[in-house]
Amino acid sequence: MRLIRTAAQWLDERLQLGAPIRDTMEHPIPRDTASWFYVFGSAAMTVFAFQLVTGILLALVYVPSAAEAWNSLQILNHQISLGWFIRALHGWGSNFMLAIVLIHMVQVFLFGAYKYPRELTWILGVFLLLMTLGMAFTGQVLRFDQDAYWGLGIGASICSRVPFVGPALVSLLLGGPIIAGATLSRFFALHVFVIPGLLIAFVGLHVLLILKLGINEWPMPGRLVRRSDYREKYHELTHTDGVPFVPYGVWKDAVFSGLILLTIAACALYFGPFGPSGQPDPRVIQTAPRPDYFFLWLYALLSLLPPQLETPVLLIGPVIALIVLLGLPFVSGEGEKTWKRRPIAVLTIVLVAVSLGTFTNMADHTPWSPVMDASTSASIPSKLLSGRTPVQIQGALVFQEKQCHNCHALGGIGGQRGPALDAVAVRLTGDQLIRQVLQGGGNMPAYGKNLDPAETTSLVAFLQTLHPAASAPARDASQAPGAQP
Amino acid sequence: MSDLSRRQMCLRISMLFNGLVGAILGIPVVRYLLYPVTRGQSAADNRWTSLGAVDRFPSGQTRLATYRSPVANLSDGETAEIPCWVRNIDGNNFQVFAINCAHLGCPVRWFPQSRLFMCPCHGGAYYEDGSRASGPPERGLFQYPFKILDGQLQIQAGELPTPGPSAANRDLINIRRQSPCA
Repeated sequence: MRLIRTAAQWLDERLQLGAPIRDTMEHPIPRDTASWFYVFGSAAMTVFAFQLVTGILLALVYVPSAAEAWNSLQILNHQISLGWFIRALHGWGSNFMLAIVLIHMVQVFLFGAYKYPRELTWILGVFLLLMTLGMAFTGQVLRFDQDAYWGLGIGASICSRVPFVGPALVSLLLGGPIIAGATLSRFFALHVFVIPGLLIAFVGLHVLLILKLGINEWPMPGRLVRRSDYREKYHELTHTDGVPFVPYGVWKDAVFSGLILLTIAACALYFGPFGPSGQPDPRVIQTAPRPDYFFLWLYALLSLLPPQLETPVLLIGPVIALIVLLGLPFVSGEGEKTWKRRPIAVLTIVLVAVSLGTFTNMADHTPWSPVMDASTSASIPSKLLSGRTPVQIQGALVFQEKQCHNCHALGGIGGQRGPALDAVAVRLTGDQLIRQVLQGGGNMPAYGKNLDPAETTSLVAFLQTLHPAASAPARDASQAPGAQP
Repeated sequence: MSDLSRRQMCLRISMLFNGLVGAILGIPVVRYLLYPVTRGQSAADNRWTSLGAVDRFPSGQTRLATYRSPVANLSDGETAEIPCWVRNIDGNNFQVFAINCAHLGCPVRWFPQSRLFMCPCHGGAYYEDGSRASGPPERGLFQYPFKILDGQLQIQAGELPTPGPSAANRDLINIRRQSPCA
C-alpha cells in the first residue's frame, strides 16, 4: 500500500494531474441534476468507448479487401471462438449508441440545455450525431455483403444527383468508376481512422465544455434564461445548493452505463451478430437490398416521395435540417427551459418521432415494392374461383401468369404496390377495366402490347366477378336501362 | 521594444515558412485524394467487353449476361463481375440494359411473362424496351452501346451508371440504334 502511494506521488510530482483530476471530480453540480434524466450523455460516451474496443478486436481479423472481406466475416462468425459474439457486441453496440445519442439529444432539447451559454456544446453535439450516423453507414458497408454492395449503389445514385459536382462526388465516394475494392478500402479508412478520430476530438471538446460551463440545471417553469445574469445565477445555484459530481452525480451515470453494456451483451448473446447476408456478388440479383434499422425511414421516404420531388428533397432536405439544428441555439438562446412551457418544442419532437416511426414501420413491410414471387408463391383464394365460368377461370390464370398478383392483393395475399382487387368490379365497369389493363396509368404499367385479345377478355371477365355478394358491380350509366341515347 | 518586434518577426517568418511547407506537402495530398475524379477517362474505361457468343441470346428474348469489368483490379474479387440484361429484339437488333435501376441503382429483374423489368427496392418498373413503366424512376433503364464482332456481342462498359442531372440528357448509348453490322 505504501509502495503504491509512493509510486503515485512520484508520478504526480511529474505529471501534476492529481489536482486537476480532483477538481474535475469534485466540481459542484446543481443538486437536482444528480438525476436519472442526466445519464444519457455519459452512457453514449461509454458505448462509444465500448465500440472502440470491440472495433479494434474485429480489426484483428477483418480483411478490408473486396475479394476477402466477406470470407473474413465468415471466419469471425464460424471459426474463431466467440468471434460471432464480438461481431454481435459491435453490431448491437452501434444500434445502442445511435439510440442513446438520439435520446440524449431529445432530452437536451426538451430540457433547454442548448440555450445560453451552451450553444457551442449543442453545435458540437449536432456534429457528433452526424458522425455517429456516418459510423453507422460506413460500418454497414464494412459488413461487405449484398446489402452493403447495393447500398453503395444507392449512395452513389443519390450523390450523382447533386448539380454540377454529382459525377465527381460519385467517383470520390466509390474511389473509382465502379463499386469495388477501392470503395471498401476508403470506407474502411473512414470507419476506422477518420471518423473515430474526429469523434474522439469532438467528444473531448463536448465534455470539456460541460466542465467549463457546468451541467444544465434542472429546468423550472418561470426560471428564464437571460444572457445578462445567467452565469451569476448558475454560480449561485452551484455554490449554495450544489453538490460534488463525485459521488452525487456519477453513481447514476455509472449504474446506467453498466446496465446499457449489460443489455448490449444480452442482445448480442440472444440475437447474435448482424449478417453478413449473401456474398457481395452483383451477379446474384435475386436480392432485395435493405438498409440497417436506423436508415429504414430514409428507405421508406425514397419510395414514397413523388419522383419529381425526390431530388430536391434529398439534396435540400439535409441542408435545411442542418441549418435548423445548428441555428436552434441562436434563435431560441434565451427564455423558458422547461418543456412544460414549450409546447412547440414538445410537438416538434412528437411530430418527428411519429414520422420517423411511421416510415420505419412501413419499411418493415414495403407496401411499395412488388412481391417479386407472388405470381408463383401466392395463390388466388379458392372462394374467388368457385362457381366461375371457364372464361373467368382462364382470366384468373392470366392474372397469375402475367404477374398481376405481384402488385395486387387478392384475399390479403400478394403485393400492395397497386390497390387490392377483391372488390374492383364495384369500382370499375368492364370497359374501364379493359382501358386500365391495356393503357395502364395511375402508376400501373400498360399491358396492351403484352396481352392478346383473348387474354384481355378472360382477365376482365375474371376481374368483373370480384365484388362482394352484397354489392352490385359497377355499371355504365349510359348503358343503363332507360338511359337517354 | 525593437527586440520584441524582432522576436515577433521571427515568429511570423516561422509561421510563413511552415505554411509554405504545408502547401508543398498539401498539394500532392490533395492531388492524391482527388485521383478518382481527376483520373478522367483512361483507355481501359468503357473498353469493348464481350458478353459471349451472340447466339447465346435467342431472338425475341431477354437474358441475363455478365462481364468482368474492364476497370477491375485483382483485389476487386466478385464485385467486378457485372451483370446486365441483353434483349435480342428480332435477331438483328439488340438492346443491352444496365442491371441498375435508374432510380437508385438496385438490381432490376426481368419477368418474361409480364414483359416487365421490376425493381425490388422502391418498386420501379420498366417495359421490355427499357422505357419507364411506373414507380419512382424518372427515366428508362440505362443502355450500353454494343456491337457484334466475330460472332461475339460486345458492349462498351466500365462505369457504374447513375441517374443525376447530367445522366438525364446523356445516356450510355446515345439512343441511336446502332446497326449490328457497323
